[in-house]
Amino acid sequence: MKTNDLILQTATKLILFLIVLFSIYIFFAGHYTPGGGFVGGLLTSGAILLLLLAFDLKMVQNILPFNYLYMVALGLLFAIGTGAGALLFNTPFLTHAFGDIHLPVLGELHLHTATLFDLGVYLVVVGVTMTIIQTIGGDE
Amino acid sequence: MIQTVVYIAIICIAVAMITLLYRVIKGPTLPDRIVALDAIGVNIVAMVALMSITLKTSAFLEVILLFGILAFIGTVAFSKYLEKGVIIDDDRNS
Repeated sequence: MKTNDLILQTATKLILFLIVLFSIYIFFAGHYTPGGGFVGGLLTSGAILLLLLAFDLKMVQNILPFNYLYMVALGLLFAIGTGAGALLFNTPFLTHAFGDIHLPVLGELHLHTATLFDLGVYLVVVGVTMTIIQTIGGDE
Repeated sequence: MIQTVVYIAIICIAVAMITLLYRVIKGPTLPDRIVALDAIGVNIVAMVALMSITLKTSAFLEVILLFGILAFIGTVAFSKYLEKGVIIDDDRNS
């Protein structure tokens, strides 16, 4: 049965970028305020889910040609690597380092290795959620 | 003054959510339940905003945006199930 989804598809093309932008903001807000890698990953997979609802599985795989299982593996590598990297400096597992760095254009920056750990969590959450959705949704 | 108004509004929204929950459980047809669930989402957004006024903090304002997005996606998915029977289709043109 053919249905007319013009309003949904046009609205999705706008709202998708707003959701992705908000998920990036939530991801970077995670250290002192509510947010972090988990919620950011869930929001990003929500954006991809909206794309899947408005269009179809084949087209989304053309737009985003990722293998989500590799994304899970990459995220786990990031998270474990950040934790195990502390062992090289004779500190306990999962100790994180931070420092103030002065860059020419950006000015004073407060950098933290917890962001790398959060990036791993983000990639794992997006990969697992999209694998579940694609496995359940695409079996017909 | 403003505190009293906010408390009265919270009570009204709580009563509305309870009656909407009745509609979700009892609702004779599926569209009734979907509309009631969407309205519960809107009520939760309002409740979070009122709580944020009561506690005098702006930490919950991201929750409002997050819940708006999630309620929107949920309503779209339910509506698509109602219309077509499938939620994610493999190939739209075949």
